[in-house]
Amino acid sequence: MSSLPERADVVVIGAGIVGNSIVHHLADRGWRNIVLLDKGPLPDPGGSTGHASNFIFPVDHSKEITALTLDSMRQYEKFGTLTTCGGVEISRTEERDQELLRRMSSATSWGVPAEMISPARVGELVPFVDTSLIRTAFWTPSVAVVDPLQTGALMREHARALGALTVSANTEVLGIDTEEAGTPGTRTVRTVHTDKGDIETDTVVVACGVWSRRIAGMAGASIPLTPAVHQMIDVGPIPELAATGQEIAYPIVRDMDPLMYERQSGADLEVGSYAHRPILHDPDDIPSIAASALSPTQLPFTQEDFDPQLATALELFGPILDREEVGVRHAINGLLSLTPDGSPVLGETPEVRGLWSAAAVWIKEGPGVGRMVAEWMTDGSAEIDLHSADIARFYPNQRAATHVRARASEGFNKTYGIVHPREQWESSRGQRLSPFFARERELGAQFFEVGGWERPHWYESNRHLLEEMQPHAPAPEMLRERPAEWDGRWWSPITNAEHLAMRERAAMIDLSAFAHFDVAGPGALDYVQRMVVAQVDRPVGRIMYTPVLSPGGGFRSDLTVVRLGTRHFRIVTGGADGARDLQWFTTHLPSDGSVTLTDLTSATCTVGLWGPRARDILGELTADDVSHEGFGFGTARWLTVDTVPVLALRISYVGDLGWELHAPFDQGRRLWDAVEEAGRPHGVVPAGIGVYGTTGRLEKGYRLMGAELEAEYDPVEAGLALPKVKDADFVGRDAYLRARGHDPVATLCTLTVDDHHDSGGTRRYPQGGEPILTPDGERIVDRKGRGSYVTSAGSGPSVGRYLLMAYLPPEHAVEGTALTVGYMGERYPVTVARAGRTPLFDPDDERMKR
Amino acid sequence: MTVLAIVEHDGGVPTAGSLQAVAVAAQVGGTGSAEAVAFGPGAELLRPRLVTAGVARLHVLEHDLLDDYSPETWGESLAQLVGQLRPDGVVAAGTDRGNELMAQAAARAGLPFAANCVAVDGGTGTSPAWQLTRARVGGLLYEDADLTASVKMLSLAAGVEVATAPSAADSHELPVEVFTPELPADFAYSRVVERAGHTTGVTLATAPVVVSGGRGVASAEGFAPLEELAELVGGAVGCSRVATNNGWRPHSDQVGQTGTRIAPDLYIACGISGATQHWVGCMNAKAILAINTDPEAPMVTRATYAVIGDVQDVLPAVIAAVRRRAGASTGRRPALT
Amino acid sequence: MDICVCVKRVPGTGSTILLTDDGMNVDTRHLGFTIGPHEECAVEEAVQIVTAHGGSVTVLTAGPPEAEEQLRYALSLGADRGVLIDTGPEELDAEQTASALTQAIRQLESGGSRFDMLLFGNESADASHYQVGIRVACALELPMVGGVKGIQIDEAAGTLDLRRDAAGGIEVYRTPLPAAVAVAEGLNLPRYPSMRGRLRAMKARLDTVEVQLEPGGLRKRGLRRPAEQGSQTVMLGTGPEAADAVADVLEELGVV
Repeated sequence: MSSLPERADVVVIGAGIVGNSIVHHLADRGWRNIVLLDKGPLPDPGGSTGHASNFIFPVDHSKEITALTLDSMRQYEKFGTLTTCGGVEISRTEERDQELLRRMSSATSWGVPAEMISPARVGELVPFVDTSLIRTAFWTPSVAVVDPLQTGALMREHARALGALTVSANTEVLGIDTEEAGTPGTRTVRTVHTDKGDIETDTVVVACGVWSRRIAGMAGASIPLTPAVHQMIDVGPIPELAATGQEIAYPIVRDMDPLMYERQSGADLEVGSYAHRPILHDPDDIPSIAASALSPTQLPFTQEDFDPQLATALELFGPILDREEVGVRHAINGLLSLTPDGSPVLGETPEVRGLWSAAAVWIKEGPGVGRMVAEWMTDGSAEIDLHSADIARFYPNQRAATHVRARASEGFNKTYGIVHPREQWESSRGQRLSPFFARERELGAQFFEVGGWERPHWYESNRHLLEEMQPHAPAPEMLRERPAEWDGRWWSPITNAEHLAMRERAAMIDLSAFAHFDVAGPGALDYVQRMVVAQVDRPVGRIMYTPVLSPGGGFRSDLTVVRLGTRHFRIVTGGADGARDLQWFTTHLPSDGSVTLTDLTSATCTVGLWGPRARDILGELTADDVSHEGFGFGTARWLTVDTVPVLALRISYVGDLGWELHAPFDQGRRLWDAVEEAGRPHGVVPAGIGVYGTTGRLEKGYRLMGAELEAEYDPVEAGLALPKVKDADFVGRDAYLRARGHDPVATLCTLTVDDHHDSGGTRRYPQGGEPILTPDGERIVDRKGRGSYVTSAGSGPSVGRYLLMAYLPPEHAVEGTALTVGYMGERYPVTVARAGRTPLFDPDDERMKR
Repeated sequence: MTVLAIVEHDGGVPTAGSLQAVAVAAQVGGTGSAEAVAFGPGAELLRPRLVTAGVARLHVLEHDLLDDYSPETWGESLAQLVGQLRPDGVVAAGTDRGNELMAQAAARAGLPFAANCVAVDGGTGTSPAWQLTRARVGGLLYEDADLTASVKMLSLAAGVEVATAPSAADSHELPVEVFTPELPADFAYSRVVERAGHTTGVTLATAPVVVSGGRGVASAEGFAPLEELAELVGGAVGCSRVATNNGWRPHSDQVGQTGTRIAPDLYIACGISGATQHWVGCMNAKAILAINTDPEAPMVTRATYAVIGDVQDVLPAVIAAVRRRAGASTGRRPALT
Repeated sequence: MDICVCVKRVPGTGSTILLTDDGMNVDTRHLGFTIGPHEECAVEEAVQIVTAHGGSVTVLTAGPPEAEEQLRYALSLGADRGVLIDTGPEELDAEQTASALTQAIRQLESGGSRFDMLLFGNESADASHYQVGIRVACALELPMVGGVKGIQIDEAAGTLDLRRDAAGGIEVYRTPLPAAVAVAEGLNLPRYPSMRGRLRAMKARLDTVEVQLEPGGLRKRGLRRPAEQGSQTVMLGTGPEAADAVADVLEELGVV
């Protein structure tokens, strides 16, 4: 009914739980003149919020998702729209038993009260299940049901009461105009066209759920998600449920193995499934409100897809469902949003400044996402680390519709599936191949994917090293398969053998997935100074490893800066975070044109050559001086290697003498072959990312972005504070100075596992994410309320110990402290081996600095 | 051209729909072409009214088995009459009975039948077909169709407006022809064994005002103010399918495609969103007042008048206002006790 | 009692009926299909009668092969046998539908056992021809009453008492058996399919019957939506404060 203003400070499109939460929190953070649009009527405009099952299980293996969920639950509770009912996740298989134990670990790590319970106890909680089908169960008392429509209405009311909000329902967005921004090559939002008038604005939030891709497309941006079907039915009336007189009086049951759930809804039992075939939907083929039977996101039920699930539900809930008078009263194919990696898509789109995405969000995360996106829009960063939900994580190849559909199809049945932390995707592979790919394949490389790149994780050609390296292995079992299948899944002891061969001889590692940005121009120095913590006004040829902070002082990134000239820098960052870093650096470019940033990622390939023989090998391939004196540690120089012009960086992430050799992509194959041939007499081996990213790194205590480094911990806690603070201003400086001003609340430590044997005598290996506990099994929580958990885990073949990293509060961050790690329902003794960044292996870095 | 119009009547008083059928018959066939067909006792009493309507002849069907309505006997009789007269068309009002009778006759005569037409064009003579438009889905959808048959049988949708031209030959004596069908002794048919009126004076179908409730009324008890207002204005209570399905009201109160279709002077839709299923049942009301919390509900946007608010807040205030005025206009005051 | 219920696969209804580009059919892409409410009552009634009196329920449909879905739905409600007359994707006219059903029923009865009762919905939810049941009944020389909202069986007398609404009240018709009845919503409250029923229906084998069809005399040229009366809603106000404005309107309209 309200008429649209001609101008708005922000236009939020979509009045589902996410859009409502965003306007609420924007208003709280001082935004005014907010416009909320939806093409449907209120309070239920017809999106996924209106038909969701509305229950919340807080525990997820992802820390980020759990944090968003817990924040959302607090918000629902504050609005009085949350009903706690508890929830059980049941196991019918041995593999699921293990998965539930793993969930128990995650619950402990993230501080959510939960327990493993017996089938009999399940029967007490939910009297209608056939407990003979249940092996064990995971019980979360705080599981709740919420009312997102009511919450949304209250959120709008809140923003309206602050005088901040204009709501316009039944208003369809017809187009979003953009214009060229100050920074060359970027565009910015200008006008939103609707069927009720145009609104000038420079900020638009796309919170359109399944329609997001279409709406963002109007502005020339791509939100990689696809609508997909989730089937659910309502069965009733069931007198036992009706007798409770409540919407929900019994705990919700997740029947994990058949990928289903059952929940009370008044007199009915709602049965939902993630087991049916993936049914993807073209975003342009979502019916209009007029054309749809119930709502645009409640499509006609396809019975045949659900039939097998009927039998499963009947089996588990036979006592109340297997009755002729209990009928299927409602059945829909509900649309929800799937993304290529299953995570939400949040943040400013890389293509269009001022166009924000808040999409692919479940009911359980909606309010929290709203709060975080509002913070992000206001302050430049959010309290909860959102790096795995950041829309900028996708490279263009990962935003392609073909890729999105393939991964969404593959990912759908993983919704309740058992997903190994190292699990690799099967579909849409082989998107980005280094020039070494053919050689690597010949060597039996086991490829893992990052950012669409295929990277060798280990080489089957190195299997002989398992025997050969035995004499050099302090812990010979590290060269054997792990006895528990889960621990050894997506893993090979060959990695440890490659590691030892590198330490003994030399290894060549394909690092072509690195992202490379060339920064040049008269403003380059000031610009790079402003972006990073380290002092980069250093002599030409210096390499600076540096944190990149958000305005709030949390980690945005850690990367390498090379000063190539007085006005010329090269920035090298990891493959996983390259796309995010590119957006971050691009959006901070000065608008006066004094700096140009060129993405050289696809033009550059990299071979890492490390090990005691590295200098011998490189020396044979170049006439240039590669002696320690002639080419010092921490410097970069141009070399000619064989025929190939190479930018060589004398640094190491694995703790051995050597170089990163950055070469033109077209000459990479020649470089690979030359190094391989020259290295052969020296015993060079190809080594995979298993060595580079895990074993070598952990022995050296190097931190990994997204694992140890994230927004919740500051550089001081991470042990990455630099000795001096440069004078130049930089993003996050104030927060950085504050962090330096007091003792860290937690310190990143390296721990060793002292005994791997479980109660049955099997050697077990934690995989990451597990809680670090006191010897008595108590959670360890720091003064900021952050629980200690394993940020990274892996073998240290040269130190002969299995290594864990974890942040510990000061009383525990003392070398020699005995603690435990919880894994698969048991506790294993661990010892704090290092508090802070001093490496366990070669603590004085002698090996790489000689 | 000869076009028969079926005239339903109550003791010689034709129904409004029947007069529409006569008008359409005259319109399609041209002056002097309309002939009427009537059943049952008192049919002859129709003559004066039919003369003014331009009817050229009245066919009265007489038989022992035709005194009371029976679908099979009436249908068979009409089929026999059609077989004898071979008219160009037969038009009836699209009432329950009209459609039933026409379908029976058409089936027995081996003719097609177009039910619930809203427009009929007898054509130019070059084409043997009649071009017509008929209502589907309670009038939400129109079907344009060609009716090709030796005798075109059709009924008219309720509410179709046809200009009725009074006959110029107002004084002519309307010829009456009695037709007695042959109904064999073993003819299988249904006959009425019981007939009962509604207990209350006002029925949903005929009430001038209908106060109707849907999801927004929220419970069976929630209908109390609706009943009170209905009583106050001499109306009837109706409901949507949601209310029936939830057991708040009997199905006989249901307005809609599969309930009762009504055309009151005023339809007061309380907490009814206005799904098509329901809209079909009330769209012929002369005026609609929607009371709904959602200003964008289809019922609100289609209504003549709307009040935004909860039924349970609005209705008591309306009742009070109506009572106040009624009290004022008649000088009545609340009794002193 | 052996009962044959005739059902039709019809599109579900949305808030607005949209048409295919050629205007010949309803655009059903997003709607799904169902049997109409009258026919749901017919199936329910048949199942209830057979539960009380014994016998069997056969559901019969003429339509595209996909109408199997509607047969299985009826089976899940308790019908015993489903029979499909595959008449292809094109919409049939009323005479064709009736002819198809008549031929099929004759084939089903060719073994010598007749249905005691044929049940129809009063009119189909999509085409609304108001005649298919009557045509079948006439062809099979059965008595037929439409609009029925109450069925009482007198097995001893071999008659049905059929109640339906009439102007200002109700009428009860008595008809000999076997008979055909077209029922209307309100006859009963149809059940929802039980899960066990669904599973049973999923596995059930359906029968098919082949028939010969000739087009009838009513030929569809196209469909269209009637022009909406573009009336502007007069807003009388919000909440109880609007009461006086409402009373004004009631006076204006002469209803008080």
